[in-house]
Amino acid sequence: MSILIDRNTRVMTQGITGKTGQFHTQMSRAYANGRACFVAGVNPKKAGEDFEGIPIFGTVADAKKATGANVSVIYVPPPFAAAAIDEAVDADLDLVICITEGIPVRDMIRTRHRMKGKRTVLVGPNCPGVITPDDIKIGIMPGHIHKRGPVGVVSRSGTLTYEAVGQLTELGLGQSTCVGIGGDPVNGLKHIDVLKMFNEDPKTEAVIMVGEIGGSDEENAALWAKDHMKKPIVGFIAGITAPPGKRMGHAGAIISGGKGTAQEKLAVMEECGIKTTRNPAEMGRTLKSVLK
Amino acid sequence: MKIHEYQGKQILREYGVPTPRGFAAMSVNEAVDAAKKLGGKVWVVKAQIHAGGRGKGGGVKIAKSIDEVRARAKEILGMQLITHQTGPEGQKVRRLLVEEGADIRKELYAGMVVDRGTQKVVLMASSAGGMDIEEVAAKTPDKIRKVFIDPAQGLSDADADEIALGIGVPQAALAEGRKVFKALYKCFDATDASLAEINPLILTGDNRVIALDAKLNFDDNALFRHPEIVAMRDLDEEDPLEIEASKYDLNYISLDGEIACMVNGAGLAMATMDTIKLYGGAPANFLDVGGGATAEKVTAAFKIMLSNPKVKAILVNIFGGIMKCDTIATGVVAAARQVKLSLPLVVRMKGTNEDLGKKILRDSGLPIISADNMADAAKKVVAAVKKTGAKKVAAKKAAAKKAKSRPARKAKAKTKIVKKAKAANKKKRK
Repeated sequence: MSILIDRNTRVMTQGITGKTGQFHTQMSRAYANGRACFVAGVNPKKAGEDFEGIPIFGTVADAKKATGANVSVIYVPPPFAAAAIDEAVDADLDLVICITEGIPVRDMIRTRHRMKGKRTVLVGPNCPGVITPDDIKIGIMPGHIHKRGPVGVVSRSGTLTYEAVGQLTELGLGQSTCVGIGGDPVNGLKHIDVLKMFNEDPKTEAVIMVGEIGGSDEENAALWAKDHMKKPIVGFIAGITAPPGKRMGHAGAIISGGKGTAQEKLAVMEECGIKTTRNPAEMGRTLKSVLK
Repeated sequence: MKIHEYQGKQILREYGVPTPRGFAAMSVNEAVDAAKKLGGKVWVVKAQIHAGGRGKGGGVKIAKSIDEVRARAKEILGMQLITHQTGPEGQKVRRLLVEEGADIRKELYAGMVVDRGTQKVVLMASSAGGMDIEEVAAKTPDKIRKVFIDPAQGLSDADADEIALGIGVPQAALAEGRKVFKALYKCFDATDASLAEINPLILTGDNRVIALDAKLNFDDNALFRHPEIVAMRDLDEEDPLEIEASKYDLNYISLDGEIACMVNGAGLAMATMDTIKLYGGAPANFLDVGGGATAEKVTAAFKIMLSNPKVKAILVNIFGGIMKCDTIATGVVAAARQVKLSLPLVVRMKGTNEDLGKKILRDSGLPIISADNMADAAKKVVAAVKKTGAKKVAAKKAAAKKAKSRPARKAKAKTKIVKKAKAANKKKRK
């Protein structure tokens, strides 16, 4: 078991013909069960063609109908990416993972509003994707640093997630599923949503929650976990040294109005029983210390 | 992206938010001309810099004659305006806004931002205008009214009215208040703003509602569809190093410390800064080289980091995923050679082609300090800074001691020793 995706997931790539879409479809296909999992591509202008044997369809609905793909991954450029999410939601897919970085916030506000009442789950945008080690990798993370095992990983950042995963794997601790929820202010799944999933997943025994400055997602997740989480959580927040009012790379990583500081987040997390570390080099070891 | 108040007001007027009449001025003469064009008996001369708190810093002055306009403009233009947002060095004033005076009956506050929790735009308004809204929120939260705006419907009349009445806009001015709030949302939405703040929004003696100030920020990701806003960018208001970095698609932010760092990924870059701090150092910058770093990009990054005179050492932290460590290593070696790097350089590399990358660094013959993990890297770079600093102090102390103990005739020899020590230190540092 795992959360969100497993070896039976069937994936279509929206934006399969672009440079990024091509490269990462190749890499994902080469990982574990990828050859069976990646079954379709979408490009309105290239319906009927194929990418290395993967059939390309004009619409998400056509791709779903023809191949049974229930999940999509999006590499469409920022000006068109929100519309690509809309299309996947309209086609009633189970899950949409949007990798694209740089989507205007206004577009995401509209897209999230349209998604109300729909069952499609969104991960991202501006995220590395989701991986269930040794089963399937959907996204841009390096597959080889992962290892199957009992630790769930949820994070807002890409390379910092790899850092956490790399430490775990080095300590011999594998991962159940790693979810990159992305660094944008308006996005799909939040820390709290992913924690709930890990809580229900029998294969996940502990969770690493990696956050960063900005917003209050980590606090919300911690407050929920205090009363509901059955498994230990370890937390790290990046940006203790970040100055207020400056956007630290991610559109969502900004301390504004005195809110969203790392200190504040860490304090709430600790109050809620989450074991935190202020040293990112200690994420793996801290997790090991809470594992039964 | 940030713009000036006068530009913000220009945009607000286009969407139907009333503002005082006014003109931008780049010189004292232009300021005087603006005042003459405006007519009347009272003018306000306002410094145009991107930072807030201009009034408190002495950048906003009232003038009651044309001579006073000239005098005030002379004072403000060219001054280093220091506010709580500029830092202690302040910001040079290069532009002015000259406006007609306003008949203020009441000062209110209106602001708009994207609320992450509800994923909607929120309109916040308060009867405590002119004050710092964060202070109002902390001390008297009941004074703040909020409405979360439905993106499909926009701001409704009912919601706009509720806000207006809630902050004390009288019935006689209600229609005006409603108009302003609706226009403000229309403007926010149409321009892809990320922040709109009108502080104060004023109620006049004759029941008009007017934006006396305007602070608009825009979503950088949406600038591709707003060339008219991009044209308002004022590079004088931005950090020159940050501008240079943006040319290479590097994400760079200047900080106050002495350890420069270059990292791939924003989250890891922040975490690296935190680790430096944890081990007793201070980061000189935030720098995310992004996912597709080339040798040219790495060289550009090095040049930018090194143009900060405070920098005493460099830390490179790369987690190679899609980006390969050998590519980065080649870039680092090329950059170090090209800039003739004389500061200590600590490199931590992990992930794809890690061994190959480390080999390239080793074979380069450059005195690069290799680190196994983030903590190790931070410790080593902090130690390197201390060592450089300690050497300097030791050399000075030694020189002073020798100067005291040695007779005057040996002064020449002393100088020689110090010179030698200095040269040796320099060599070691290299």
